[in-house]
Amino acid sequence: MKNLITSLKLVVLTLVICCVAYPLFVLALAQTVTPETANGSLLQNTSGDVIGSRLIAQEFHSPRYFWSRPSGVDYDGAGAGGSNLAPANPELTERARNLITTYGASAENPLPADLVTASGSGLDPHISEAAARFQIARVAEARGWPVEKVAALVEARAVSAGGPLVPDKIVPVLELNFALDQAK
Amino acid sequence: MNDILIILLIVGGTAALSWPLGKYMTWAMQKGKTPVSAGLAPQSWAHYLGSMLVFNACMFVLVFLILLTQQWLPLNPDTKQALNWDLVFNTASSFTTNTNLQHYSGEVSLSYFSQVFGLMWLQFVSAATGIACLTALARGLGGSKELGNFFIDLQRATFLVLLPLAFIVAALYVLGGMPMTLNGAAQATTLEGVAQTIARGPVATFVAIKQLGTNGGGFFGPNSTHPLENPTFFTNAISMFAIIIIPMACVWLFGRVTRRMGHAGVVFGVMLVLILGKIGWAVCSESTPTAAFDGLPVAQNVGNLEGKELRLGATTGPLWSVLTTSTSNGSVGSMHNSLNPLTGLAPLSGMWLNATFGGVGVGMINMFIYIVVAVFLAGMMIGRTPEYMGKRVEAREMLLAAICLLAHPLLILGGTALFALIPAWGAETINNPGARGFTEMLYEFSSAAANNGSGYEGLGDGSVPWNVATGLVMLIGRYLPIILPLAIAGSLAAKRTVAESAGTLRTDIPTFGIMLAGVIVLLGALTFLPAAVLGPIVEHLSLVR
Repeated sequence: MKNLITSLKLVVLTLVICCVAYPLFVLALAQTVTPETANGSLLQNTSGDVIGSRLIAQEFHSPRYFWSRPSGVDYDGAGAGGSNLAPANPELTERARNLITTYGASAENPLPADLVTASGSGLDPHISEAAARFQIARVAEARGWPVEKVAALVEARAVSAGGPLVPDKIVPVLELNFALDQAK
Repeated sequence: MNDILIILLIVGGTAALSWPLGKYMTWAMQKGKTPVSAGLAPQSWAHYLGSMLVFNACMFVLVFLILLTQQWLPLNPDTKQALNWDLVFNTASSFTTNTNLQHYSGEVSLSYFSQVFGLMWLQFVSAATGIACLTALARGLGGSKELGNFFIDLQRATFLVLLPLAFIVAALYVLGGMPMTLNGAAQATTLEGVAQTIARGPVATFVAIKQLGTNGGGFFGPNSTHPLENPTFFTNAISMFAIIIIPMACVWLFGRVTRRMGHAGVVFGVMLVLILGKIGWAVCSESTPTAAFDGLPVAQNVGNLEGKELRLGATTGPLWSVLTTSTSNGSVGSMHNSLNPLTGLAPLSGMWLNATFGGVGVGMINMFIYIVVAVFLAGMMIGRTPEYMGKRVEAREMLLAAICLLAHPLLILGGTALFALIPAWGAETINNPGARGFTEMLYEFSSAAANNGSGYEGLGDGSVPWNVATGLVMLIGRYLPIILPLAIAGSLAAKRTVAESAGTLRTDIPTFGIMLAGVIVLLGALTFLPAAVLGPIVEHLSLVR
């Protein structure tokens, strides 16, 4: 049928232009102009080993490090996802209680909400500035440093998420922890 | 205050940009030159639809085969394995119908070849199909019996409209930090010594057409909450622009081709008012802190943060949820299943109405059905024969319009009812207990019927019943609301034009806009109100202290 032949011609044409030419062109652009972010914003330590991505959260247990937001997928960089827990789900309240105990929060010192909530992807690399400040005391004690030293490192790394439109600041956890390890 | 500013910038800014884009699209669809044009003559509505269906069948078959054999095809650096037949059927139907419902997670299950040559290709040509069909509808309503040639329109939409925009958006994404590579996943050792695999890939090009074509299927499972699919506030803003810009421009395209810009302006206004209403509702509702932490020492000052990403800002979750479901896009900027109960009504109503901008091309086609009904009702109310664009709207057109309008709720409510009745299919697959579980099923069918593609994730929708049922619903929900309106346009085009007189019902004045908005809300709200009560409203009431 004529419809079929024309369709097949257009199938081939659109495949070549949309799936070969278009991505190849953008690939060339990306790999030449922004190679670091084009390959995943990978972060390397002083020996050149890849320790993670600037954009991807990882798990931190040690009191020497700042801890990330909870993850619904245990920080699996190859299988991301959210917790998908609804507000009415008792599991959400349960998880919050456990985290409050772990962090040692109380009514006088409430835990910032982002430390109790899982991110959509499970890989949110940031915590809020308030969340970072909450943890400064613990990190300083674990490392035996003065609180001001840790606070200064947090200040240096805090960024505004959306310029003038979003006043709250956020802190990238991996970069902060890496900076902590570098500062002696 | 900042919330309002962000909303105005995004919605207002895109509305402003849609005007010149509408002009450009009209030129492209009416006068653009295409690579293949020999022997392609203008077609009647029936032949146009025939060509469209043959091409779409080819789309489905080819991608079905690609997905079925992905384990043997090249460009598979992370050696992804074979997929089950029901998932292949569901995914092929899903992307062919511009839905992009994903019962799989991209970085877990699919090879780069499947994503680029299978899914991304469908994202281009399914969107182009929508734009082509809208142009054909407009030509018919504008007075010509020949609606143009489907194959020429398809090329114009793909190469002259979607491709240039995709290049621009992809380039902006690349500059914004999105990955674009053919290397396989990166291996890292975390600071605490644990191995972490970081999936990446040709993300920027995929996400550009995902947003522009109101497709919505993400490269990664969590869609635009994933840091590599949406790295910064800047890429977030670009994405939101890209979601609504072509649907907005389609209204102007419709107006220019039918030479009735005043009418198009009224329609645009109605859509804008409805979408802003939903946005306001969602943002307000979501700024209430989650009830789960009541009485716990948690400092909540930005509302419900579960399922949200910090770098995107608190407004993004609810704003994006409305934009994506008003336009049949389906990408997500926050996990919908973690939204506050009443917030969920905004995306749900967007999908139930499916015409407040709607999908590329098809949104305006859906709105056309509401317009025909509004014109008919108005005519009946004032005792005159209803006419639209100089043609009488009679019993045959109303029959087709009624079938079209009824199919949507039938698919959604019927499907939900069926799965609610059969525990093995429905109740045993839900994620959250109680009324939220019911909403999860309702949302899934709404998403499939509206060709949206978002979901209340966590629902066990990778099962054979879900895959087959939603696959069928997506196919019917896509093609019926394209075939019937084009048939109506064909029927109207064959009639004698009635001269405009002082008694003609004007469709380019605010009064008609109010009538249209009323018809949309009444027909939409009344049909779905019981389901809305059983789901989100009951859930909210159960949380009220």
